[in-house]
Amino acid sequence: MNLLDQFGPPVLPTGLGPLRTAVREFVAEWTPTSTPEKRALSWMGFDADFSRLLGTKGWLGLSIPKQYGGHDASPFERFVVSEELLAAGAPVTAHWIADRQSAPLILRHGTEAQKQRYLPAICAGELHFCIGMSEPASGSDLASVRTKADRQADGSWVLNGRKVWTTNADRCHFMIALVRTDPASERHAGLSQIIVDLTLPGVMIRPIKDLSGHEHFNEVTFDDVRLEADALIGVEGDGWAQATSELAFERSGPERFLSAMTLFRCLVGAVGPTPDARQAMEIGRLAAWLISLRSMSISVTAQLASGEDPVWAASCVKDLGTGYEQDTVEVAMRLIDSLPPGEQAATTRRVLAIVQSMAPSFSLRGGTREILRGILARGLGVR
Amino acid sequence: MRTLLQETIERLLADTVTPDLLRAAETGVWPADLWAEIEALGLPFAAVPEDLGGTGASWSDIFVVVRACGAAAAPVPLPEAILANSLLASAGLAPPESGVIVFAAGSADAPIADVPWARHAQWLALRDTTTGRIALYSLTDARIAPDSNVAGEPRDTVTLAPGSLIADADTSAATDAVLLGGAMLRSAQMAGALGRLTEVNADYANERVQFGRPIGKFQAVQQQLAVLATQAAAAVAAAEAAFLMADPAPDLLTTASAKAVSGEAAGKGAAIAHAVFGAIGFTHEHSLHFLTRRLWAWRAEYGSDAFWAERLGRTIAAAGDDGLWPLVTGAFAETTNP
Repeated sequence: MNLLDQFGPPVLPTGLGPLRTAVREFVAEWTPTSTPEKRALSWMGFDADFSRLLGTKGWLGLSIPKQYGGHDASPFERFVVSEELLAAGAPVTAHWIADRQSAPLILRHGTEAQKQRYLPAICAGELHFCIGMSEPASGSDLASVRTKADRQADGSWVLNGRKVWTTNADRCHFMIALVRTDPASERHAGLSQIIVDLTLPGVMIRPIKDLSGHEHFNEVTFDDVRLEADALIGVEGDGWAQATSELAFERSGPERFLSAMTLFRCLVGAVGPTPDARQAMEIGRLAAWLISLRSMSISVTAQLASGEDPVWAASCVKDLGTGYEQDTVEVAMRLIDSLPPGEQAATTRRVLAIVQSMAPSFSLRGGTREILRGILARGLGVR
Repeated sequence: MRTLLQETIERLLADTVTPDLLRAAETGVWPADLWAEIEALGLPFAAVPEDLGGTGASWSDIFVVVRACGAAAAPVPLPEAILANSLLASAGLAPPESGVIVFAAGSADAPIADVPWARHAQWLALRDTTTGRIALYSLTDARIAPDSNVAGEPRDTVTLAPGSLIADADTSAATDAVLLGGAMLRSAQMAGALGRLTEVNADYANERVQFGRPIGKFQAVQQQLAVLATQAAAAVAAAEAAFLMADPAPDLLTTASAKAVSGEAAGKGAAIAHAVFGAIGFTHEHSLHFLTRRLWAWRAEYGSDAFWAERLGRTIAAAGDDGLWPLVTGAFAETTNP
């Protein structure tokens, strides 16, 4: 691997300006109806009405073909819409997983019937998905999942087991779960992806309160849940490969460096137009990394757009980006006493408290820092 | 153009820049053969428009040349010559056809400190801070007080001789064009050096055996190497963006970001490299220090990471909270095309 060639020039194609302006104006109209505290939740903010509104605007399912309700747009258009929404702290979590991961997965591996059933509603912002990966005994060691789906004589499935840390399971319609379909299998073999209707009998969802007091994630228990034959997505036994191929999309997007953007904005406002040297240096350092991370993310988007599979570069963006988000909290802590007193300083304190209590999760969700660094080391030829 | 430039420079430097050449250069030996090859390829004129006798390459293409110079620790002022000739061309002045040319900002009638490679140069492109003009001086009769940076690269103090002005002209270049241009060059050199540092670290981790296995098999070492690689990648991407936006002139936002990020990455990266190599890498005999000492030196030149972060921070603060995001997204416009 030539490290120097993993990131090319950060060129966004021309013609995206009007889309960017439209999204920016739309969120500017929405902003006064929100609060900095809500915007601080970033992509953990839930608002089903807002997601539906984005659907009517045509800003969901951008990369999905028109025949399934999408817009046949390039990854760059999705990048622009995503970063504008995230930078403004818009509440995107209701549709986020469905739009980012479930829809591309269904498009790539689903049957025609599955595509017609799910994709139009996802593109309309009406159908919300969550991802069932982790289990009580399977965190970073995902290949150890034990939740199992047993094939019945008529082709249907019976699902038993437990998923945990499932973001928004209590507010989603479907889960795409990674489960063991070959009872005799071990590790990466014998796993499949399966779509679970979360309203079915035998599905129990228990919210888990996190340290910030929010209930974003859940424990989901399956007790003899009967699923139709077409709950299987893709190829039986190929679940591991299918799930990991999603990761380049999950790991390089702007949500990997914009989770603390509301806090950064607050800080800039609170120090005012004539900062002292220390304030200017801290804020400028954050801006330098933000500009550079965005450059890396655009470069990865370009590789995705040309059909490449930039796993190494995507892992790199996530490791650096989540570190940067956590660093924003550190910078805020260093500056908090220096802010001129007033409403903006008070707001910044409240936003800092929120982002600070979310920050540990930034480098846990979507693959821990240590797992990512293992992937990076393998790419370097050690391991 | 970019691929051709990259292949040309990387092959040339791989063939010529050996540890022996680097050691000799540090004792003051000028690698005349290497420079002759560089001139024969026309590389110092890469950024000069074709009508002034250059190649007319974009800075985005030139990025790979400067990066390669950093990766090889090339003991010649090719990045400096490219920028010097480009400064002359931007003022409508024709660059000298041969000879080593470097650049500086300062006043022609006072000593000019920290001029890179001056003792080996024949020409100086001066951004005259008194007149505001761009001037070409001959260094043949100049007084040179030798000095060097922490990597042993010449950083001399130059007193120009009377009557050594060859030509000068008004320029539309920014008053800090030399500072910005120098920062941009150093960010790409640091990116190259960090990339190379990652490669030699990974190779060493696979070779060096301790506790009965290559040290690269230990997770503690793997995680460190991953951090080094991400810092290198960040420096590469940051510098790449600065060069992408450097036509027609170096750009404040992306250059400040690049120097801030690559400088910080240089500090972290060099520390990890030395940790992985242990005492072996701390010897003068080993070639690791040709990269790490340059990283330390380049981090400090043309504004440290803290300097550029502060300057960027003042720009951000002046834009205010509502201006922050438009400024970030405007850093590289969507209309750019390399």
